[in-house]
Amino acid sequence: MGQYIIKRLLQSVIVLIGITCVVFFVLNLAGDPVELLMPPGATPQDIEIAREEMGFNDPVIVQYLRFLKGISVGDFGNSYFYDEPAISIVLERFPATLELTFASFIIALLWGIPAGVISAVKRNSKTDVVVKILALLGQCVPVFWLGIMMIMLFSVKLQWLPTSGRGSFLHLIMPAVCLGIFSSATITRLLRSGMIEILNKDFIRVARAKGLSNSVVVMKHAFKNALSSVLTILGLQIASLLGGSIITETVFGWPGIGRLAVESIHNRDFLVVEAVVILMAIVFVFINLLVDILYSVIDPRVKY
Amino acid sequence: MWKKLLKNKSGLIGILIMIGVISVALLSPFLAPCDPNEQDISIRLKGTVWEESGDSSHLLGTDQMGRDILSRLIYGSRISLIISFMGTIVGGAIGITMGCFSGYYGGKIDSVIMRLVDIQLAFPFILLAIFIVSVLGAGVFNIIIVAGISSWVRYARLVRGEILSVKEIEYVEAIRSMGAGDLRIIFRHILPNIISPVLIVATLEMARIILMEAALSFLGLGVPAHVATWGRMLSEGRIYIVTNPWIAIFPGLAITLTVLGVNLFGDWLRDYLDPKLKNV
Repeated sequence: MGQYIIKRLLQSVIVLIGITCVVFFVLNLAGDPVELLMPPGATPQDIEIAREEMGFNDPVIVQYLRFLKGISVGDFGNSYFYDEPAISIVLERFPATLELTFASFIIALLWGIPAGVISAVKRNSKTDVVVKILALLGQCVPVFWLGIMMIMLFSVKLQWLPTSGRGSFLHLIMPAVCLGIFSSATITRLLRSGMIEILNKDFIRVARAKGLSNSVVVMKHAFKNALSSVLTILGLQIASLLGGSIITETVFGWPGIGRLAVESIHNRDFLVVEAVVILMAIVFVFINLLVDILYSVIDPRVKY
Repeated sequence: MWKKLLKNKSGLIGILIMIGVISVALLSPFLAPCDPNEQDISIRLKGTVWEESGDSSHLLGTDQMGRDILSRLIYGSRISLIISFMGTIVGGAIGITMGCFSGYYGGKIDSVIMRLVDIQLAFPFILLAIFIVSVLGAGVFNIIIVAGISSWVRYARLVRGEILSVKEIEYVEAIRSMGAGDLRIIFRHILPNIISPVLIVATLEMARIILMEAALSFLGLGVPAHVATWGRMLSEGRIYIVTNPWIAIFPGLAITLTVLGVNLFGDWLRDYLDPKLKNV
């Protein structure tokens, strides 16, 4: 067990280093990074001075190591647009994204798990058909369009909910539902097929033959087993929610790091973008690590 | 195959939608009533034909620049399809090659490729896509590359797993003992045997790429501004949701319908080719 955790920790570190590599080299491959990092109106002299100051005349590997060293102490450079350290701007916006991601994750689970179970138990019934269609649509509708349609209905027509911003619980409802729908569809579909497969297994027949009630068979025997397949994708779902938050935040004017990333791209403030990418990756790697460890605790068959 | 397709309603709907969208894309110049980029400010923000402010010269109305929405929708299908199709091919080519090497040779090559997979899966791809596009610049070619990079992982993992399970089977051993080289064994003998799951993943990836392209266009990071794309139409139209909601409604419907078609077809293909793969 301890060995497994150490192995996974090491893997996570390698992945994080890989990510910093990708981010660093994308910025460098795209031409002159100094020009990318300077404000749009910079003169050639400014660029030359910045190049020397930022150490862009050094060999690439030296630059990368310096970049890595900076990151390890939380130094991502200064945002020229806000004139503040990039990391402090990102961290200031981070709680908003966490709040949105967490809320949408809860919504995805609250809808996805019961829907998947009911639809499998009542296979081919009307409920099943409705759940299946909803799940399919949930995977086909673009999040940003759904968001706009929700604003149109709930804010403009019915005037129930605020169109954008963050503050009260009412502000959170639309963005969280909108973001959670895709994940809930994925969870529903996966859980449904997992449950159907398990409900046809011999041990379920034995459980029924023992005279156990239907709810005990479904919840205690089938659901518990089907849940492990869902658990493996929950980590990935969080990644897709974090990624999706970029678009949802833009649609609903939610002041999180996703919207910050998009704004910073339009401002050509790449150091902030870089900080967002790396921070999101760190969060995600950490969550996946947790899920894997949790998984090995729940399911002892996982090889250490 | 066709008989089975006719019996499966959702598969049939899927393929009909796909044929419809592909035909619209191919026949755009003949189907579109107007030039999609022709601007005429004097008729801007006209309503649809069933609204009071609209008339039959622009069935679905016009946008903020006075461009015909129906024509832009029709032309928009081209970008979606070209990018999703080419992106799927690029992603498939990279992923299958990597998966083959990883599964067939194992050892160090395998661990390097699998670490690359881990890195790629380790963060939300849309973020990397946005980052790459913002640095490299927008454009059809760049978006195709980004789409390809975003999807190679799935093929690589799948192909690697499949190769691991078939490479020790006797027929591969037999071909090897006849003196066939590694590349010949991989591409002539192993790959054709694992093509069905690859095709299934390809359709699902295509649906994902359509959504990704639309999202990038929506954020203003897609193809150049003058090209009609569904994502960009949506993002431009959302300012007018109070007065002209249809500008934003139509492109979204087009995206949903296309993705639905591809997904339904993919689901059917999965059940048809390989009933074991219910969870792919």
